[in-house]
Amino acid sequence: MKKKNLAALLLAGAMCFGLLAGCSSSADSTNPPASDPGSQATQPAETGDVGGTGEGVTIKIGGIGPLTGPNAQYGIATRQGAEIAIEEINALGGIQFELNSQDDEANGEKGVNAYNNLMDWGMQILYGCTTSGSCAAVAAESYNDRVFQLTPSASSTTVTDGHDNVFQLCFTDPNQGKTAANFISEHKLATKVAVIYNNSDDYSTGIYQGFKEAAEGLGLEIVSTTTFPEDTTTDFSAQITDAYNKGAEMIFLPIYYTPASNILIQASQKGYEFSYFGCDGLDGILTLEGFDTSLAENVYVLTPFDTTSDAAKSFIEKYKAATGTEPNQFAADGYDCMYALYEACKKANITDGMGYAEVCEALIAVFTDSGFSVDGLTGSGMQWGTNGEVAKDPLIVQIVNGAYVNQ
Amino acid sequence: MMTFLTNLVSGISLGSVYAIIALGYTMVYGIAKMLNFAHGDVIMVGAYISFCTTSYLALPAWVSVIFAIVVCTALGVVIEGLAYKPLRQAGSLAVLITAIGVSYFLQNAAQLIWTSNTKVFTSVVGSGSIKLFNGQLTITVAALVTVAACIIIMVALTLFTTTTKMGKAMRACSEDKGAAQLMGINVNRTISMTFAIGSALAAIAGVLLCSSYNTLIPTTGAMPGIKAFTAAVFGGIGSIPGALLGGILLGIIEVFTNSYLSSELSLAIVFGVLIVVLLVRPSGLLGKYVPEKV
Repeated sequence: MKKKNLAALLLAGAMCFGLLAGCSSSADSTNPPASDPGSQATQPAETGDVGGTGEGVTIKIGGIGPLTGPNAQYGIATRQGAEIAIEEINALGGIQFELNSQDDEANGEKGVNAYNNLMDWGMQILYGCTTSGSCAAVAAESYNDRVFQLTPSASSTTVTDGHDNVFQLCFTDPNQGKTAANFISEHKLATKVAVIYNNSDDYSTGIYQGFKEAAEGLGLEIVSTTTFPEDTTTDFSAQITDAYNKGAEMIFLPIYYTPASNILIQASQKGYEFSYFGCDGLDGILTLEGFDTSLAENVYVLTPFDTTSDAAKSFIEKYKAATGTEPNQFAADGYDCMYALYEACKKANITDGMGYAEVCEALIAVFTDSGFSVDGLTGSGMQWGTNGEVAKDPLIVQIVNGAYVNQ
Repeated sequence: MMTFLTNLVSGISLGSVYAIIALGYTMVYGIAKMLNFAHGDVIMVGAYISFCTTSYLALPAWVSVIFAIVVCTALGVVIEGLAYKPLRQAGSLAVLITAIGVSYFLQNAAQLIWTSNTKVFTSVVGSGSIKLFNGQLTITVAALVTVAACIIIMVALTLFTTTTKMGKAMRACSEDKGAAQLMGINVNRTISMTFAIGSALAAIAGVLLCSSYNTLIPTTGAMPGIKAFTAAVFGGIGSIPGALLGGILLGIIEVFTNSYLSSELSLAIVFGVLIVVLLVRPSGLLGKYVPEKV
C-alpha cells in the first residue's frame, strides 16, 4: 500500500512537471528562436552596439504584442514590420535602434509583466501594445513611470485617454465606425445593416458606437444588433439567424478575423447571402490556415495600408523575403511606427545616455508640434494631436479574387 | 416561429455533440468512478488529427475520421494505462488532480505541435444546407449528420452494454468492482476498454463539433468538455440515456439563451442549471439515487 502511494505521488509529480514543462516551452516560443527570420533584424543592431560604440547612438525600444495565442497574427506582424524598418534605419548610419519584443498574448496582465521586463532591460521608448485591451493596461503603467509609448494598432480611445505620453499610429475606433457608416451610405451598399460585435472588447465596442452614431444621421437602418462575449466564441447561429430574419442586407463586423471567419462560414453553411463590411481587425483573414478565401470574396475591409505605392511595394518585397507571407496593415503600422520614432528622435536629439523620462518629455514635445509630420505606408502627412490621436485618412478595400483591391 | 424552429434545430445539433461527449464522461464515471477531465482535450486531439489528415496528407474526409478515432482510442488507452491505472487504489482527489494535469498536458502539447494559431476546420460532411418552408427554415447538413450520429451512437452503445459479453462485464464492474472480479471479470481490461470506447466517441465528437463550429485552437475542447460534463451530471452521471437527455437539453438551453436573452448570460445560465439540478435532484434527471451507508 505504501509503495502504491509513493508511485501515485511520483506520478502526480510527473504530471505537474509535465504541466510546468509545457508552460515553460510555450513561454520560450514567445522569444523568437534564432532561426526565426524576424529576429535577424535586431542582430545587426546588437553587433553594431558592441562593435562601434564611437559611431552614433543606440536607442533601446521595448516592443509588446501577442506573439502567441489567438491574436498572434497581429503581434507577429507588428513586430516584423518594425524589424524591417529598423534594418533600414540602422543601415542609414546615425541613430541605431534596438528592439526587444515581448509577448503579452493580448492579455493586459501579461502585458504589464512584459512591460516590467522591458523596464528592467533598460527600455527608453515603448513600442506597443498591439491590441487595445493590453495596451490600456500598459498605458496606465507607462503614464505613471513617464515612458514614451507609441502603439501601432491599439485603436481604442481608452489607450490615450488621460495619458499624454501615449500616441497612436492607427486611427481611433469611433473614427473607424464613422468612416465605415459614411462609406456604406455614400456608395449605397446597403440600407438595412446588422451588426455583430464583441461587447467584452474595447476595440469592437468602440467601433460599434461610432458606427451607430454615424448611421443614425445617415439614414442607415441597423436592423439587428447582436453580441458575443469573447473571441473564442464559435457558435454564431443565433446572431446570424437574427440578422437574416430581420432582413439585413449587410453585416457590419467590427471584430477580429477569427470570430469573423466563423460568421462567414456559418452563414454560408446556412445558405444566407449577406454582404460584409469589416474594420482593420479583419485584416489577416486571408492568411488564416485552412480558411476558404472564396467565402471572403467581395468583403469590404477598412484599412489604412495602400499597397500600390512604390514604398509599399519595396516593403512588401522585404516582408515576403523575411517571412514568406504577405504583409497586412499591422505590419505596415509597425513599419511606420519605427520611422515616426526615427524622425522624432532625430528632431529631439535623443541619445543613448538619456533616461526614459527625459526621452519621454522630449518626444512628447516633438509629436505634438504642429510642424512635425511623417509620411509612411499607412498615410502621408500623419500628424498627432495632444490627445495622442493621429490625423490621416482611412482607406477602404474590397477582397476580389483573394486579394485587396482599392475602392 | 421560424426563428424558434431554427434555434431549436441549432440547439439539438449542439446538444447532440454535448451528448456524445457526455457519454465519455458518464461511461468512465460509471465504471472507474472517476471524472476524466482530460476527456475534452481528447476531443481537441481528434479534431487536430482529422484536420491534419485532410489538410496536410490530402486524404478524404472519411479516412480522416477513422484516423482520428484510431489515434484517440490509442491515446485514451495510453492515458489510462500511464496516468490512471497506477492510482486505482489511491483517493479520488489524487485521480481528479491527475486528470486535470493530463488535460493541461494535452493542451500544452497541442500548442507545441500545432502552435496556438487558429486553424479553420473544413466540415467533413460538406457545407450544404436544406431549406424548408420556402427557405424560412434552414438546416445545415452538418447539424443533420451530428444528430444522426448521436442517435446511432446511443442505440449502438445501449445494445453493446445490454447484449455483449464485454458490455455486461462493464455493467458488472459499475455495480460492484470487487464482486465482478470474484466472478472472473478482468476489471483492468474492462476499464481500459471503457476508456477506448470513450476516447473513440471523443474523436467523433471532435470532428462533429469542428464541422459545425469551424475554428480549431488547442483549447477548443476545454469549454465543450466542461459543458458536456455539466450535461452528464444534469442527466444523471453514470446513465447513458441521461447523457443524451442532459446533452440535448443543455444545447437547447444554451442556444435559446443566446438568442432570446443575451450571449453573455448563456454560460451563466448553463452552469446555473447545473447548480439547480444538483440542489433539487442530486443524482441528476435519470440518475439512480444510491444512499451511502455510513
